[in-house]
Amino acid sequence: MEGKYLLLRHREFPEIKELQEYRRMGGFQAFRSAVTRMKPEEVIDVVKASGLRGRGGAGFPTGLKWAFMDNKSWPHYVVCNADESEPGTFKDREIMEGNPFQFLEGVAITAFANKANVAYIYLRGEFWHIAHYLDQRISEMEEAGLLGDNLFGSDYSLRMYTHLGAGAYICGEETALLESLEGKLGQPRLRPPFPPSFGLYGKPTVVNNVETLTNVPLIIEHGAEWFRSYGTEKSPGVKVFSLSGCINRPGNYELPLGTTFRQLIYEHGAGIPGGRNIKAIMAAGASSSLIVANEEALDTPMDYESVPRLGAQLGSASVIVVDEAVNIAWLINKTMHFFKHESCGKCTPCREGTFWMMHLTDRIAAGQVSWDDVELLRDVASQVKGKCLCALGEFSIEAVLSGIERFEDDFRQTTHAGQSQPVEIPAVADLPGE
Amino acid sequence: MNILLEKYPEEIRAILAKYPAEQQRSAVMPLLYLAQRESGYLTKQSLQDIADVLGLSTTEVGSIVGFYSLYYDEPAGRYRLQVCTDLPCALRGAEEFLEKLCENLGIRVGETTVDGLVTVEHVMCLAGCDKAPMFQVQSEDGLTYYENQTVNSAMELVEHWRKQQGGKDGR
Repeated sequence: MEGKYLLLRHREFPEIKELQEYRRMGGFQAFRSAVTRMKPEEVIDVVKASGLRGRGGAGFPTGLKWAFMDNKSWPHYVVCNADESEPGTFKDREIMEGNPFQFLEGVAITAFANKANVAYIYLRGEFWHIAHYLDQRISEMEEAGLLGDNLFGSDYSLRMYTHLGAGAYICGEETALLESLEGKLGQPRLRPPFPPSFGLYGKPTVVNNVETLTNVPLIIEHGAEWFRSYGTEKSPGVKVFSLSGCINRPGNYELPLGTTFRQLIYEHGAGIPGGRNIKAIMAAGASSSLIVANEEALDTPMDYESVPRLGAQLGSASVIVVDEAVNIAWLINKTMHFFKHESCGKCTPCREGTFWMMHLTDRIAAGQVSWDDVELLRDVASQVKGKCLCALGEFSIEAVLSGIERFEDDFRQTTHAGQSQPVEIPAVADLPGE
Repeated sequence: MNILLEKYPEEIRAILAKYPAEQQRSAVMPLLYLAQRESGYLTKQSLQDIADVLGLSTTEVGSIVGFYSLYYDEPAGRYRLQVCTDLPCALRGAEEFLEKLCENLGIRVGETTVDGLVTVEHVMCLAGCDKAPMFQVQSEDGLTYYENQTVNSAMELVEHWRKQQGGKDGR
């Protein structure tokens, strides 16, 4: 394996974005050997053995998901989730822009493994320029005989298409994404059935995140054992951590799973600006519980098993750093505005819950605090829990409940010191009808 | 008469070819982008045209416009300048940036400059958190990201558009 990166290889080899250079570095050998020398089931077995887990947030074992595909119903589809919309997440964008062919080869191998002849890449509408860029790369692959009919002299055929969303966070949820791809409102479906039995157009469908798929060519080329030499036993491989917020060097960092928060924030991210102290960490973007950034938390490995011990999740590994100048009541007001805007409206607890939590946090963050409001906020949040079709409603209360529990003082004080001033918001009665 | 179909026959054929013949409804979103490209918003006529192409009702097409935030049913400035003020950007000064930018342009968030050139809006996360303050610009040229911005750099961009516009008007 050439170089120090597995996914962000363009940082060392910028020309990897050219098809010729990608192929010179061994690109598309894995796809060729999968199609010409392996059965689809064998590809699935290798990915299963590698222990690769979904990088979009859920951490579900990728090979296992593929093994669930219903072989009695046809055709099969592969859909790549490139909807990247979680506040704090900007990794898939860099992969698609910098290392597009490794990603597209991952889509291709996944399609072969799941016996799909068509793959769609669903990008958020704001990634308009990336979709055009990928369309050109897909055309180059067609010209080079890497997509189309009878690939490498086999009877396997594959077509690949991009599809743009239009500004809806909910479409990152896989069943809402499929509805959207079908030309409908992006609202989640009741599950089960899950996409591997009832997905796009009601057919068996694998939905995987960009980063997950970009790992696949390397696993096929170098084997499951090699992949397991990175990361931890239960969370093998590397992860692209998106680091943002109160940090000196924000950006994407590709590091083995199991790297500690301290290493990411202080070694790679160069610590907190202005010599201030760290206060809280959100490990999974706006959908996170707030982790109290004490010594124990900082020394916790970032993997799918360890982060839950802090009462949080690793999710998509979008690490938002919050320093001591930030008031947590202000912070959850920001996240509530986001979730209120993005709730799709299908489930009442989420639609109404985010609406009321937004208004309550407007009042609390504006300093018009009465402790009854905080209690009411906690009460509303608790009533959203476990009552929605998808995770959006569930995620919207993570910061609220953990914030009140772990940073209670911030809800009792009315002053907002430091660089993060509260947003100016009119009282509830002044808001236009919604 | 289907104006959209007459104007963009090749584009529409290419869009429809991406989806199975019996699943043409999937083309509704790309067709809406196509219809919106020129004027920056969707007219009743274009919704009707799309409905005809796909065999849907105008209401069904309209519901898509209403649900997704990147479709517009009203005209705005020639350039929609949309600043992300979500949490990670806010922690890097995006709210102050938006406020000062609006002050410089003499408008409030959501308004359009008197010359009809720029509409400033705040939007949800754009996946540019590490390069805040940042914004996207939607215009007939497509959608472009501008990152690591200052009020000065943003105002320079607006000035650049003004000159371009002046050149077009004075031809």
